[in-house]
Amino acid sequence: MADNVKPRVRVPKTASKDEVIQIKTLISHPMESGQRKDKDGNVIPRSIINRFHVTFNGTDVLDVAMDPAISTNPYFEFEAKVPESGEFVFTWYDDDGSVYEDKHSVEVS
Amino acid sequence: GNLPRAFAQQALTQDQLLQFDDFGNLTLIHITDSHAHLKPVFFREPDTNIGVGEAKGRVPHVVGEAFQKMYGIQPGSPDAYAMTWPDFADLARTYGRMGGFDRIATVVKAIRAARPNSLLLDGGDTWHGSYTSLQTRGEDMVRVMNLLGSQAMTAHWEFTFGTERVQELIEMMDQPLLGANIFDVEWDEPAFEPSKIFETNGLRVGVVGQAFPYLPIANPSWMFPEYSFGIREERMQQVVDDLRAEGVDLVVCLSHNGFDVDHKMAGRVKGIDVILSGHTHDAVPEPVLVGETIIIASGSHGKFVSRVDLDVQGGKMMGFRHKLIPIFSDVIEPDAEMAGLIDEIRAPYEADLAEVIGKSEGLLYRRGNFNGSWDDLICDAMLSERDAEIALSPGVRWGASVLPGDITREDIHSVTSMTYGECYRTEMSGEMLKTVMEDVADNIFNEDPYYQQGGDMVRVGGLGYTIDPYAEIGNRISNMMLLKENAPIDPARNYVIAGWASVNEGTEGPQIWDVVEDYIRKQGTVATAPNNSITVTGD
Amino acid sequence: ASLPLTAMAQDGAAEKTADELIAEFTGGAEVAEGDGVTLTAPEIAENGNTVPISVEAEGASEILVLAPGNPTPPVATFKFGELAGAHMASTRIRLAETQDVVAVAKLADGSFVRTSSNVKVTIGGCGG
Ligand SMILES: [Mn+2]
Ligand SMILES: [Mn+2]
Repeated sequence: MADNVKPRVRVPKTASKDEVIQIKTLISHPMESGQRKDKDGNVIPRSIINRFHVTFNGTDVLDVAMDPAISTNPYFEFEAKVPESGEFVFTWYDDDGSVYEDKHSVEVS
Repeated sequence: GNLPRAFAQQALTQDQLLQFDDFGNLTLIHITDSHAHLKPVFFREPDTNIGVGEAKGRVPHVVGEAFQKMYGIQPGSPDAYAMTWPDFADLARTYGRMGGFDRIATVVKAIRAARPNSLLLDGGDTWHGSYTSLQTRGEDMVRVMNLLGSQAMTAHWEFTFGTERVQELIEMMDQPLLGANIFDVEWDEPAFEPSKIFETNGLRVGVVGQAFPYLPIANPSWMFPEYSFGIREERMQQVVDDLRAEGVDLVVCLSHNGFDVDHKMAGRVKGIDVILSGHTHDAVPEPVLVGETIIIASGSHGKFVSRVDLDVQGGKMMGFRHKLIPIFSDVIEPDAEMAGLIDEIRAPYEADLAEVIGKSEGLLYRRGNFNGSWDDLICDAMLSERDAEIALSPGVRWGASVLPGDITREDIHSVTSMTYGECYRTEMSGEMLKTVMEDVADNIFNEDPYYQQGGDMVRVGGLGYTIDPYAEIGNRISNMMLLKENAPIDPARNYVIAGWASVNEGTEGPQIWDVVEDYIRKQGTVATAPNNSITVTGD
Repeated sequence: ASLPLTAMAQDGAAEKTADELIAEFTGGAEVAEGDGVTLTAPEIAENGNTVPISVEAEGASEILVLAPGNPTPPVATFKFGELAGAHMASTRIRLAETQDVVAVAKLADGSFVRTSSNVKVTIGGCGG
């Protein structure tokens, strides 16, 4: 399992009803592509995050299937519509079965 | 170039150089790419500056006699000396050195006296390029620009002092460092102020900064890992639109894109009135018009100051009048206050700077698409001092010329000074060497200016080659020869290479200026033969 | 000039080509060129290991991104949900060499459209 995997997310705390807001996410992860060799010439096994999924109050916002060409410390920027107050759930799925999750509430005024 | 010096100088006066019929209601003063040359210099303009694609045969890709014809400049005249290369060494003896910040200060003060509503803008490459700027880590230039009263700058080589030093120097400055295209790497958010609005003479002038787009590629990105650059055309459009929405009367882009990039950008980003262009060091005597945008290019090394008078009415640029003022140092009176500061800055280093290291039989110069005589000398020094088969020297456009005679330590630093000057020695296969040459050539001669990084072809020693600048990447370079064996470069063989200015972290070797100094000392007098090892083809 | 980037090692396993991946994505449907999808990428990568790209296709349900010049071409597939704002997303990708990065969008009406953007991966060095 990758060490020190830490998600960070930038989401506005408040929004107006049906506002489209910008979201940025980063997660520290080596994203070992399975294409590199170590100094003895052995292939370093693939170990990546293969899926990133975002929901708001249980409804889908974005679902990304990720391949080894995504860079170390995967970054995503996207937009979401906020129809009411609620909670974003961000989930990253690791090759090794680990699941990392982060949640952020948005207050609609 | 046979005018006696005294006669020639009688013919030139400060009043004549500064003569300008005031026009309109706003004046822009532009200087750029001084490369920290505080004192007057000799600087030979290029004999080769090939334009590709739409830029072929277009300014600034016109040099020498063709340039003189295009602008109606008499051969042998002061303008011919200032802006073109023919008879350079002879004319240099007649007309003397150019630039010097004490002379620039005189010119700036005179323009301000006539036009209190002037804006003085600095296009960058200001903190880098001299012995004193390296010793003071850019502080000398910050002090000089503060005294000169520069009101905004943008940047390129400034960043090679590293992020921390850049931030320290920004704290010392009386002006902002503007860069609409500088973003933080982690969150992709603007990292510098993109623009500033100046209020003068009842006008609101929006100045947008555009730093050199390819800093992390052309220079060591490990020195400023926090920042990302790029052309970011959409961002430029957005910043211009924001300024227009703020109701500014005029939008000025203070750019370090390089001329061809600015030319393309001017045609694609709407709403820029004036682009003050830097980086490619072009001295262009008239504004170049692209749609409703004018592009001003003000040369380098303190040789020129551009004055642009504008008539701005109802939020529109209605007209302009322009002069590229050549700074003839023997003709323009030094400003005492600035001269005092420069003396103070140089005092601790004066003895080191003035030391004569050797002599040159010929003119030493660098500017041009391919090896100049300075480059040949630096390559010879690397081949000899580092015991290499092939030498590679970066195709930078900075560095003053030296007339036949003494070479001082200051002269050597003018063409070598940098924060990553280690002269490495390594092995490289013939195949890799070809890849490197092709890669660099494409960064200069790609038909699309947005893929151009400015600068010139990597300088080579011990190696001959043929280049077709108009070909595609992979097909430009041919006929590579190892000169000492008069043998074709073998893709499979390894060659011992010496080079400097590597962008890779941890590069080891003696500083290039020490390598060059040691070599010149041993030679005593250096004679550089004409370089016939590079053949340029294609049309 | 300076020394080269480390190239990605070639893997012996049979990888799907970009064309095969596109055919898989579209189910063999026709793919139009151009309007309807945009792919924004830098002209020259500052660092081939982390190249920012951005895709957008109004009303699209999915966008496939490929780097055909990589040893393995797949990069990512973005599926936009009910609460997606603009159908856009940005990320950072690895590019082994200079190439045309490709984006294929499945639009609201079920049709497919593709675009590409040339990104140069350079050795670097030198300058004005
Ligand atoms: Mn410069
Ligand atoms: Mn520059």
